[in-house]
Amino acid sequence: MSDEPRDEGFDDLLDAIADGEGFYVECANGHGSLPPRLACPQCGSQDLSEEPLPDSGEISTYTVVTVPTPQFEEDAPYVTAVVDFGPVSITGQVRGVDPEDVETGQVVGIGVGETVTREERLLVFEPR
Amino acid sequence: MSDPRVAGVGLTHFGKHPERTGRAMFAEAGLAALDDAGIDPDDVEALFYGNFMGELAEHQGHQAPLMAEAVGLDVPATRYESACASSGAAIRDAVFRLRSGEADVVLVGGSERMTNIGTAAATDALSIAADDLYEIRAGMTFPGAYALMARAYFEEYGGSTEDLAEIAVKNHEHALPNEYAQMQQAITAEDALDAPTIADPLGLYDSCPITDGATAAVLVSEEYAADHDLDTSVAVTGTGQGGDKMALHDRQYFARTPATEDAADEAYDDAGIGPDSVDFLEVHDCFTIAEVLALEGLGLYEPGEAIGAASRGETTREGDLPVNLSGGLKAKGHPVGATGVAQLISITKLLEERHPRAEDVEGATTALAHNAGGTVASATVHVLQEVEQ
Repeated sequence: MSDEPRDEGFDDLLDAIADGEGFYVECANGHGSLPPRLACPQCGSQDLSEEPLPDSGEISTYTVVTVPTPQFEEDAPYVTAVVDFGPVSITGQVRGVDPEDVETGQVVGIGVGETVTREERLLVFEPR
Repeated sequence: MSDPRVAGVGLTHFGKHPERTGRAMFAEAGLAALDDAGIDPDDVEALFYGNFMGELAEHQGHQAPLMAEAVGLDVPATRYESACASSGAAIRDAVFRLRSGEADVVLVGGSERMTNIGTAAATDALSIAADDLYEIRAGMTFPGAYALMARAYFEEYGGSTEDLAEIAVKNHEHALPNEYAQMQQAITAEDALDAPTIADPLGLYDSCPITDGATAAVLVSEEYAADHDLDTSVAVTGTGQGGDKMALHDRQYFARTPATEDAADEAYDDAGIGPDSVDFLEVHDCFTIAEVLALEGLGLYEPGEAIGAASRGETTREGDLPVNLSGGLKAKGHPVGATGVAQLISITKLLEERHPRAEDVEGATTALAHNAGGTVASATVHVLQEVEQ
């Protein structure tokens, strides 16, 4: 970890996922979102609580990125996917599977990994 | 309510001009617009200016006063930043200013310098239109985001990379006589399909280029145009804007763009027309799939139907609904903050029959300009119509 200030909410979520205790923010009307939140992005409710993130989700859509930004230069090619966990969807990288074998509908779990290029934390998905 | 008139337009060549500063490009575009309008520059009351990545590309924030000064204007100036929809948003506020009667003459435009920082840095700069924490840090690039949408579209409605290739072929063909376009070169579907992949399923020819360029237009009130006997036959008769969640994963749809739908509904209603009235249009085709999403969001096609529009010849210049006669972002180029006004310029020249593709829309009276930001978390739609002078 560097001396950079933390990003409140985001880094808290990554810590929690790394500890196997992932969560999402739920409002009184049952809408899910990712932290930090003071108001529900769907309905504006300020009655929010942290609920356990489901253990696994399904790949909704994905892409194999071959032309990356500089901070992922040595990571490419890599698979970026949106995974539907039910109450929330999350964007991350699919690892532990050949990019050619990634499919929509695949069931994956979530974890915290590191980028190759700059050794920065990121959300990763691995097939279950 | 009076409809603002487009009194004059101007732009620079779109292309790779790494040595040209934003201020020099905007000066060229702005002075050309003032000259085209034939008005007294002292009558200009405000500048509405679009720019996206000036801090990253030129280490220059607070660009609007610099740009007013570059054109020789001593007026209040404000920069609009809505990612790729920056100057679309600028047009919208300029229209409101004129309609309210608070101003009679305004300059609206945008500029973007991009190629000076190289492809990798420009890719990085473009990516910041996405959510930094939850998208960029997962390696999402701008092409990657549209690739996620393209795959979702294929899964939901069908379609193929062959269909996308036909959109690229069409827009390149449209740009051939456009002397301002970055790419005046014809391509074949095979060229597009054989090109390197950027973010699967999108390849090099599915993507707009990285472009330097500037655009400007003089908008005036109907009353000013009449009082000064201006030769203006094009009016902005409708404006609309829509918004959506910033991150793609927070959206209800990955293969539809509700922000465009909302902007279109508002603009149609504002102009008192429906989609059936549209004769031709310029849409935000930053990627080929974006043209498909735009045409469906604008209510011109049902969801799932626009993917084959170019293949079927409907949106080519010979078709019933020509789309992106300028070449679109794809072939004309996409200097991000200048693009919304570039669309307005193309439509104005087409309606005024002083565009190289004007003969393809002879007799047309009604057109749309659709400008989108990020993965369409922002969208503006403007209706332009030929009106009695």
